[in-house]
Amino acid sequence: MELLLALAAGSLYAAGLYLMLRRRLAQLIIGLGLLTNGTNILIFTSGGLTRGIPPVVAPGAETLEPPFADPVPQALILTAIVIGFGVLAFALVLAHQVHRTSGSDDIGES
Amino acid sequence: MVSSLVLPVAIPMFTAAVLLLVPNLRVQRWVALVAAFALLGSAVSVALRVHAHGIQVLHAGSWRAPFGITLVADGLSAMLLVAVGIVSVAATAYAFAGLDPRRESAGYHPVLMVLLMGVSGAFLTGDLFNLYVWFEVMLVASFVLMALYRNKMQVRAAFIYVTLNLLASSILLTALGLLYGKAGTLNMADLSHRWSGGALPPFYGAMAALFFTAFGIKAALFPWFSWLPASYHTPPAAISAVFAGLLTKVGVYSMFRVFTLLFRGLPPVAPTFLLGVSLVTMVVGVTCALSQRDFRRVVSFNLVGHIGFTTMGLGLATPLGVSGSLLYVLHHILAITNLYLIGGLFLRMRRTSEFDRLGSLFRTHPLPSVLALLALFALAGVPPLSGAIAKIALVQAAFEARAYVAGSVALVTSLLGIWSIARLWDESFWKPAPPDADKAGPLWQQVVPIGGLTLLSLGLSVAAGPLLELTSTIARDLLEPGAYVNAVLEGG
Repeated sequence: MELLLALAAGSLYAAGLYLMLRRRLAQLIIGLGLLTNGTNILIFTSGGLTRGIPPVVAPGAETLEPPFADPVPQALILTAIVIGFGVLAFALVLAHQVHRTSGSDDIGES
Repeated sequence: MVSSLVLPVAIPMFTAAVLLLVPNLRVQRWVALVAAFALLGSAVSVALRVHAHGIQVLHAGSWRAPFGITLVADGLSAMLLVAVGIVSVAATAYAFAGLDPRRESAGYHPVLMVLLMGVSGAFLTGDLFNLYVWFEVMLVASFVLMALYRNKMQVRAAFIYVTLNLLASSILLTALGLLYGKAGTLNMADLSHRWSGGALPPFYGAMAALFFTAFGIKAALFPWFSWLPASYHTPPAAISAVFAGLLTKVGVYSMFRVFTLLFRGLPPVAPTFLLGVSLVTMVVGVTCALSQRDFRRVVSFNLVGHIGFTTMGLGLATPLGVSGSLLYVLHHILAITNLYLIGGLFLRMRRTSEFDRLGSLFRTHPLPSVLALLALFALAGVPPLSGAIAKIALVQAAFEARAYVAGSVALVTSLLGIWSIARLWDESFWKPAPPDADKAGPLWQQVVPIGGLTLLSLGLSVAAGPLLELTSTIARDLLEPGAYVNAVLEGG
């Protein structure tokens, strides 16, 4: 499973960076979205994959017994998703502005 | 009362909320100015407390480090917070006259406050993920400021700026993900403590490289500086001055913080590499400045060139070098903010900042010109102005560390910097103006903040002795982070 997720994250990074090197605005923004999603999968994977052991203190117990799933990476990803979403929305608006003022979605043209 | 560590973040946050509810622009300006003074006051009070009682730590929600988010103010954070206060006062005061009404009514004041909140937060936080969040707060605010009511050139500039900075954020987040996977904590003091024993995690070098790239883009180091000169000269002065003074410095600050706390176990080739990058940044920035024919673009490229000086000390990794760089950061914040404001002043008077259309400014407006003269030559580092003292410290540190090449390059770059500034002075102030040049007078609301910053910049030269002592103490603490780690993990 780690390998699969690592490959997924790697492909998203590669595709995202490739698209960010293009001159079309739309592709650039899609690349940005892919890159943030690749990062999220990377955090998720590097936080350690577990199955069916939520970090919940069992009834009657005082402390959490390891092993349990680490909730921190999920909190980090949640924050990163929200930030990424906001920033992507802003980038879309800006791209729309560029398109409206310059009449083209090619950033190489001036 | 440790909770006052929250104030430099809380004051701009609440002011932004209040400003959104105030429709009247005149009231907005006054509220923003008062808030900027309050921010400065809170920063000074934090600095005084750090000076008297040592490092201040606040565990948010009483969650002890490394579990909660920690706010830490050490000497470096306190010094930079005071600089944030000064820049915010200057910018809000300048905004009384320096903005077009449409941009102002589109929300300049609240967004500027959000930006200041992000900068203060980045300087105060002791947690890496929190640092990333403050970076994003700061970036989104700066994106909005850059794109508020714009023309074609500004939109394109904003887009380059947005893309490269988002790439930097992604790289930073990648580094954080890897780091959390290996260490299981994101508290900087905790990480420093764990990695100080010599047992380094896998991907240590790769993580250092990712952090370096992310902060290098934000700080506009070579080869990632292209976004800065492409975008900083387009927004009006009240915005670009804040960007120039503070945003790149947050990248430099993060570099100092992360590389002195976390990555102390890197092989000696790493600081040498940073030194090399700093030197190339200096040379490229200043030589590009020589080829420009526009007041604001010359200043932008000079900004890039001088960023090299602020990271050079970290590359030398000696107490004197770090101390010189810190002094340089302080001087650079004041001087470059001032120069962008001055650029805006003359832009308003002549409606252009191209050399071909400027000239005779000294004859027509002697007082603002003298202020500009002082700020320009302080940036270039002509003795006895503030830049010279920091540069002397850096060059001395380079020669003491036997980095003769670095010292010589810094000296030659300084000479080139003086040349580029002298050329700017000649083209805009001395040569006769073209006959059809626009002639408007300066507004006193613009001149007052410029004068204030110039006075402070002169004050840096007068107080150079005590300041250098202060920065040497900070540099020693940075290079021996035991006190910082103890304060965060034990205290609070």
